[in-house]
Amino acid sequence: MANILTVRGVERRFDTTLALQATNLDVAENDFVTILGPSGCGKSTLLRIVAGLDHPTAGEVMLDGRRIEGPGADRGMVFQSYTLFPWLTVLDNVCFGLAERGLPRAQQLDIAHGFLAKVGLKGFDKHYPKQLSGGMQQRTAIARALANDPRMLLMDEPFGALDHQTRELMQELLLGIWEEQRKTVIFVTHDIDEAVFMGSRVLVMSARPGRIKLDREVAIPHPRHYSIKTTPVFSELKAELTEQVRVEVRAAQAAMA
Amino acid sequence: MRPLTPVSPGARVALGISFFVVFVAVWSIATFGGFVQKTFLADPIAMLKSGWVLLTEMGFAKDIGMTVFRVLGGFVIAAVIAVPLGVAMGAYKPIEAFFEPFVSFARYLPASAFIPLLILWAGIGEAQKLSVIFLGSFFSLVLMISVTVGNTRRDLVEAAYTLGVKDASLIRRVLIPGAAPEIAEQLRMVLGWAWTYVIVAELIGASSGIGHMITDSQALLATDQIIFGIIVIGVIGLVSDLFFKWVNRVLFPWAQLGR
Repeated sequence: MANILTVRGVERRFDTTLALQATNLDVAENDFVTILGPSGCGKSTLLRIVAGLDHPTAGEVMLDGRRIEGPGADRGMVFQSYTLFPWLTVLDNVCFGLAERGLPRAQQLDIAHGFLAKVGLKGFDKHYPKQLSGGMQQRTAIARALANDPRMLLMDEPFGALDHQTRELMQELLLGIWEEQRKTVIFVTHDIDEAVFMGSRVLVMSARPGRIKLDREVAIPHPRHYSIKTTPVFSELKAELTEQVRVEVRAAQAAMA
Repeated sequence: MRPLTPVSPGARVALGISFFVVFVAVWSIATFGGFVQKTFLADPIAMLKSGWVLLTEMGFAKDIGMTVFRVLGGFVIAAVIAVPLGVAMGAYKPIEAFFEPFVSFARYLPASAFIPLLILWAGIGEAQKLSVIFLGSFFSLVLMISVTVGNTRRDLVEAAYTLGVKDASLIRRVLIPGAAPEIAEQLRMVLGWAWTYVIVAELIGASSGIGHMITDSQALLATDQIIFGIIVIGVIGLVSDLFFKWVNRVLFPWAQLGR
């Protein structure tokens, strides 16, 4: 499989603190990469640099061989905070990027309705974001990002603010969509279960200054049912990652003290 | 009664009206009871009677019309310039850096203190009245709008960028619609201020308007007319405020959610 994204020597400094040390990463087309790490390890910074919302102080990021200079519609993003536009209905939120491209309204609606159905929000077109639960808002945000048909989807702890049960359902929903569409995804999280369940490849980042210290394939075939969370393969990988992340969390805490 | 517990709509209206009743009752006791001399404070009935005379025999309706025209005129001119300038300042930091210090300074210049100068420059005609209202509302309006636009949630801006917007459409599709309800609230508030400025403008060098009628009545010690004039201002202010609130609710239903 060809690499869609290449990260070369990307480093990010904030004044004197080094948040992210020279990082290399290749992401293959149709891959689902999850990034784990303690808070403040620079995993979100890395994702934001890929999104073009932050700029590296050294190194470069290439998407399809072209250098990333800023944000663009080719990299859709779902944030941890609820970022639906509160003045637009669910339907118009999903149409937002399509309208920007100047697609005829009928075509926008066609696409938007399709994705709203995929995320299970049929019949909520006319609702405003504030009328939706957190899980429904994030599902709309996923539909909004996917409707724009980006080259890849960047997700920054999108389920971080949701309760545990909603979170698990969202994971299954997103994984189901991925299994059907195979859109390339980078998914940042600090939830190990989530990283293993969804990822075809899991990266662990070290405590600040962040770097990728571990890169594991998740050898569990698709489609994945939630019951795989109790299989030995899953548990073994989870145990290893738990150990690795724990070391980093301790290191992060030691650095704070 | 418990802190922050809402009150039912019916009770809210009843409570609101009952204070007006209390107010008129206290006024009536003070005047009819002979506690206050008629020269200083007219009683409610005398006020209503002279109000009727003002409206039917002395052409007070025309004064009201003039005052409303001045308020709306000055306010609309201020708003038409302040909204685009405020949005531009909120969106572009160099523009803000250029105008903000002067606007902050100008905001504290009392509009009423400009009246002598404005009379010198613009005479005692309508231009002078509109200028007072403009000066009184424009600078504050610009500042408030620019702060509101500048406070647009950054995560919404970032989300918009990842959906492919460019700068011009960011302003049109994110900054303006996001700030619109708050800007509308600010316009409503500033319209209220415009009402105080118009009266001040009409107290000096005016030949028509509610403020002019009040100065004339002062010469005659007609407290009943003065109070009627003040109450008319209050009623018009209240009505325009309710109208503005209603328009905002209709235009921005999403902003009412979750309040």
